[in-house]
Amino acid sequence: MRIADRVERVPPSGIRRFFELAEEKDDVISLGVGEPDFSAPWAARTAAIDSLERGRTSYTANRGMRDLRTQIADHVGRYDLEYDPDEEILVTTGASEALDVAMRAFVDPGDRVAVHQPSYISYVPGVVFAGGEPLAVPTRPENDFELTYEDLANAGAENAELLMLCYPNNPTGATMSRSELAEVAEFAVEHDLMVLSDEIYAALTYEGDHTSIATFPEMRERTVVFNGFSKAYAMTGLRLGYALGPPEAIRAMNRIHQYSMLSAPTTAQYAALEALRSCDDEVVEMRNQYDRRRRFVLSRFEEMGLDCFEAKGAFYAFPHCGGDDERFAEELLRQQNVAVVPGSIFGVGGEGHLRISYATGLDDLRTAMNRIEAFVDAR
Amino acid sequence: MEQRRKILDLLLSNARESTADIARQTGLDEARVEETIAELEADGVVHGYQAIVDWRQVADDGEHVQAEVELNVELDRETGYEDIARRIVKFPQVSSLRLFSGDYDFAILVEGESMHDVSQFISEQIAPIPEVTQTVTHFVMETYKERGIVFGDRDDDDRLSISP
Ligand SMILES: Cc1ncc(COP(=O)(O)O)c(C=O)c1O
Repeated sequence: MRIADRVERVPPSGIRRFFELAEEKDDVISLGVGEPDFSAPWAARTAAIDSLERGRTSYTANRGMRDLRTQIADHVGRYDLEYDPDEEILVTTGASEALDVAMRAFVDPGDRVAVHQPSYISYVPGVVFAGGEPLAVPTRPENDFELTYEDLANAGAENAELLMLCYPNNPTGATMSRSELAEVAEFAVEHDLMVLSDEIYAALTYEGDHTSIATFPEMRERTVVFNGFSKAYAMTGLRLGYALGPPEAIRAMNRIHQYSMLSAPTTAQYAALEALRSCDDEVVEMRNQYDRRRRFVLSRFEEMGLDCFEAKGAFYAFPHCGGDDERFAEELLRQQNVAVVPGSIFGVGGEGHLRISYATGLDDLRTAMNRIEAFVDAR
Repeated sequence: MEQRRKILDLLLSNARESTADIARQTGLDEARVEETIAELEADGVVHGYQAIVDWRQVADDGEHVQAEVELNVELDRETGYEDIARRIVKFPQVSSLRLFSGDYDFAILVEGESMHDVSQFISEQIAPIPEVTQTVTHFVMETYKERGIVFGDRDDDDRLSISP
């Protein structure tokens, strides 16, 4: 079989191996899940069902239903973002599609894309599939995995054309405050970097308010913001996201999207519209639950002597386990039936850490933490 | 105030939560949690803690019958709703009593071991109360959800065990 080089250049995901290990065992409690344990709000689900009953099964406009784009424009106002529903918003099949389309729309062969790490596992492959060169920018535990001006400079990011940014972060749970983000914006303006900012966890910020890098001076015109319904609205399976950017950027992305996707799933667009209209309370309730679990998990790590910085966003904690994180995770699974994801899977800087997802009910979290404690004590 | 609310929210979702776990989830220390819960109780905010039971699953001891009974009452110069309520709450068979707006005044939830038991209680104890002018009894045929908890709803987690 003929397989293109660009496929061979990307190794299979390290997540896969752990998935297979976890699947071999019974009674595993998994803290390795990167999606909410809630179902989508009922009102959003019934809106999807209604749309099907009314026979709304055709394509929508390439950019997504106008009503939905208007609601999105209204919704992102809470982050001080202002985008025109007609020219500056593209509704996509998950933030995943928006990211893929953006790489293809903005990265020319040989272009360097700075990707701070540890980070979500799809960015580097996305750059490679688009013919670009990923440039790893390690973030550091002593900075709670926030990206600094110095990190960018040390990695030579001034030679990059683009910067891929993700806060609140998967896998670390790190967030960035306005003043910290200002440094990154300064670097981007100074070195004329375009910024792709994945803000899919914006609504899951537990301390302070989420700040978008697009709100800094001279940033709006060089930034595309990504968001979606998967995390905040627990709608992963509905596959719906969006990109916000200046008209030229969205036009370019739409050029690819209109040929490769035509339009995002119609049923999911109806669900999303209702989610934005009426499901704020459910989002707050889910966020409150994540926040309690977050505090629970952080205190348990402190009690068992696993060093863990105070993750303030998404639904991940990123404790330091020391040494070989893959081995730690494998043995933890073998001996205690708790699945976690080794930090090194998420790139440089992740070694010696574990990604702990608290998108799991408190009863399971309690048991899992006791098992991890027993494992740590026995070492 | 915010602390009280946080603790109340936790107790509302699980009253059996240990003090230590409440402390971990709220970031308060255990002594503070104990104190706040004691205050909530002393101030009459929290009146008690009870299990939510699906009686159909309790196999061993026969029937458990519940009825919602609407009551219409007639007030006079000396007798108000409060006075009537104070008398009705005394019956152990009455597990809840509320005053409503609309077609009837009170609704009470009555629990007993059989329909006969419950009917007898209504006709012998409630209906004869001088201010009560009418009773309408509705026997509960099925309970699907109680205090936010859906019976028989054990959602299987169908997510992949590890995902990015
Ligand atoms: C940081 C980040 N971005 C994007 C995605 C993908 O989101 P979507 O479901 O909208 O494609 C994920 C999912 O895990 C994620 O963690």
